[in-house]
Amino acid sequence: MKFFEITKEPINIQEVIDKVVQREAGAITTFIGTVRELTHGKRTLFLIYEAYESMAVKKLEQIGREIEERWQGSKVAITHRVGRLDITDVAVVIAVSTPHRADAYEANRYAIERIKEIVPIWKKEHWEDGEEWIGNQLETKAYPSGKPEEDDLHE
Amino acid sequence: MNKVLFFAHLRDAVGKELIEINASGKTVGELKEELTEKYHLPRMETVMTAINEEFASNDEVIQDGDEIAFIPPVSGG
Repeated sequence: MKFFEITKEPINIQEVIDKVVQREAGAITTFIGTVRELTHGKRTLFLIYEAYESMAVKKLEQIGREIEERWQGSKVAITHRVGRLDITDVAVVIAVSTPHRADAYEANRYAIERIKEIVPIWKKEHWEDGEEWIGNQLETKAYPSGKPEEDDLHE
Repeated sequence: MNKVLFFAHLRDAVGKELIEINASGKTVGELKEELTEKYHLPRMETVMTAINEEFASNDEVIQDGDEIAFIPPVSGG
């Protein structure tokens, strides 16, 4: 079973959840990231997601290992979709199971924040009047050493 | 030889997904500078680099056969 996947197809949410089912778990949290129409009042028509797929899978696996180290007894599955996505489409599904519910919430939040830091996936927003690759939109983040620093990874 | 991969706005700037060049012996920083100049790559101060699918710092030396990727700020999720 592949716990960490990049797919061009619509994500089957239940399949992601089923991967983390375990007898030891008392909770499963599921995060479903969807395509939003309005960002700061600007209307998005659709998105294109692109990934450095082989590295993205490795980085998702790394996030899984980090979570399993930090939250004992946890199990993680993440699927991220790439290609063209329309408004309300599901872009990412994260399922985390843990023995107790508080950990399941925390660990799931950790996973999505880490995805936004270290997983090489990019989205291009298409609007009525143009298109743009979205990175750090304010360009406030620079990587002077060429890679993320410790602080970037744990903030 | 080395494969150099471009993504997102860098792919648009270069007009290709990848180029093949001999970069062995150069540091990541040197290669970055050279390609920035050659392809007029924008916002390279925000761009991270990976060698063989792992983040690498600017002073890391590239070996023959290494796959280099320039990673603009990511926006998944």
